Amino acid sequence: MSEGLFTQGHTACAGCGMVLALRHVMKAAQDVAGKNVIVVNGTSCSEIISSQYPRTAWECPYIHGAFENAAAIASGIESALKAKGDEKTKVLSISGDGGTFDIGLQALSGALERGHNITFVCLDNEAYMNTGVQRSGATPYGAWTTTSPAGRKSIGNPVKKKPLAEIVAAHGIPYVATASMAYPQDLQERIRKAVKTQPSFVHVYSACPIGWKFDVSDTINVAKLAIDTGIWAQFEIENGVFRRTMKPKGTPVGEYLKLQKRFGHLDETHIKQIQSDIDLTHRIMEKREDSCE
Amino acid sequence: MKVLTGSAAIAEAVRMCKPKVISAYPITPQTIIVEELADMVANGKLDAEFVNVESEHSALSLVLGAESTGVRTFTATASQGLALMYEIMYVVSGMRIPIVMAVANRALSAPLNIWNDQQDSIGARDSGWIQLYCESAQEAHDTIPQAYKVAEKLGVPAMVCIDGFFLSHTHEPVELMDEAKVDEFLPAYSPETLLDPKKPMSLGCYATPEYYMDFRKQQHDAMSDAMEELQSVNKEFQKKFGRAYGNGLIEKHNIGKDTRHVIVTLGSLAGTVKEFLRDNNDIGLLRVKSFRPFPNETLREELKGAAAVAVLEKDVSVGNHGALYTELKSALQGTDVTVSGFVVGLGGRDVRLEDLSEISKKLKDGKEHKEWLGYE
Repeated sequence: MSEGLFTQGHTACAGCGMVLALRHVMKAAQDVAGKNVIVVNGTSCSEIISSQYPRTAWECPYIHGAFENAAAIASGIESALKAKGDEKTKVLSISGDGGTFDIGLQALSGALERGHNITFVCLDNEAYMNTGVQRSGATPYGAWTTTSPAGRKSIGNPVKKKPLAEIVAAHGIPYVATASMAYPQDLQERIRKAVKTQPSFVHVYSACPIGWKFDVSDTINVAKLAIDTGIWAQFEIENGVFRRTMKPKGTPVGEYLKLQKRFGHLDETHIKQIQSDIDLTHRIMEKREDSCE
Repeated sequence: MKVLTGSAAIAEAVRMCKPKVISAYPITPQTIIVEELADMVANGKLDAEFVNVESEHSALSLVLGAESTGVRTFTATASQGLALMYEIMYVVSGMRIPIVMAVANRALSAPLNIWNDQQDSIGARDSGWIQLYCESAQEAHDTIPQAYKVAEKLGVPAMVCIDGFFLSHTHEPVELMDEAKVDEFLPAYSPETLLDPKKPMSLGCYATPEYYMDFRKQQHDAMSDAMEELQSVNKEFQKKFGRAYGNGLIEKHNIGKDTRHVIVTLGSLAGTVKEFLRDNNDIGLLRVKSFRPFPNETLREELKGAAAVAVLEKDVSVGNHGALYTELKSALQGTDVTVSGFVVGLGGRDVRLEDLSEISKKLKDGKEHKEWLGYE
């Protein structure tokens, strides 16, 4: 019997990176706030696998409202706690990439600019996975999804991933970070910091074997390569100060892409383009780090 | 006795009901309600969190979150705002969260129109919210605590509707409730289902076909219970404050044992009808206050002896007719009553005494009329 806030018995897929991340997020939240955590969950893989009536995997107070409004519901909970004089209960708002980058962006932006004491977590599996792998604003350039399929006239998703952590940081909140289920200790550390420094946002890379089309045993490997190649950047922005929490190893991005059939249609030109974007991103990040010292 | 707009009358009543979280987004003609409340909070007259959100969808979501955390809340909207809340209205009612919302009825775009009709709330009639339509600023004031009481007892959210501009922006005399009596009438909100780390629960689950319909039925049954509750709080309110509105579901005017012709309507249009009936007092008026739950039995009981009934309403289901007409006709099925329906006043178009003359002639000609009046 789990003593955590999120327990076993949920119905996530074998090899699911998202639920691994979620378990560590909740462990870290519990480290800071004990049982005094309320979770708001937007419609997503995390919600569907954890709260099918009559069962729940949640051992803390939990609410699911709709798809795009987790941040607004969380704002209401936070306001009510304030009105009740409760200063110790922490509010977590957890959504997928679709529910954060796209349909959830308005509610998130509103909550951020109002300065509610909430930690927003985005479990990012880079598409609308819950509904069957459709393209989202988090889908990377060149990725196959059912609504951005590769074909004779298509390279897959034709645009770059929306830089969500940057958009959130531009609201001026005290803590923004990225994290990955590849490195759970680091993920826990980001969440602990986030829960202590609200409003805060943690963007969590969540590898998805079904949607990205790799073997379910390869989840951690794929996730580590994302960081090694630099296609996923690990950083935090604490009161405007940017710092990479992990640095890429310089592994060529092709090593990452070739493991996932969602990139299987890409040719050398595309891969070169992706590599050069990564190189540029990290050069800019280095300069940014230097200027923040 | 004060002279207040319907908006201010509602704001005063809300203040006395002591919500702890208020959240809204501005839209004409609801704005004054929330501006009054913002002012009260800013000046310490109301101890609450007032949250300016970035859309109506978020306003309703926010109060959903707050109410789920065990505090009384309030929001208000109109027209496009209500339309934007549509998704979350079903979420709120399905989750049995007793939110009370004021709606300052306004026409829906397109074309864009800020003036009064009731299509906005009528269009939401399936969403599982109690719907109460007020004739006056006084009634709006008095209905607020009753709405909270019924909503919180049954776990059914409620909307209190006032005609935009006709009630929201027009000054009328209002006898304010005594605050101590409001505290007696409306106890503190103390739900058993809430988000509390001391007693963790999961709210808003995912229900498969094996379970969904049972939740819906429970919700529907609670709404049916509201029929009794609304009558009961109306009586209780009368005892405590000395004012009642018919039986709480409908209100009759100039209807006696011999009345054979009745006009049926919603909201402030009843005032215009009353004016007309001064010189035409062989006709009666029945005002429907509770549109949801729809008082089928009461209406049948009160109207079955009439020769003819004419519904006047400021809404239309494009492709059929007005909602009140359609539902009333269904309620009077099997009786000998001739039921006519007149769509009037859309987008704030004035309903004139001349229109009522025409309606009264058609009411008495023994034929069924299904028409629009006052259009080009």
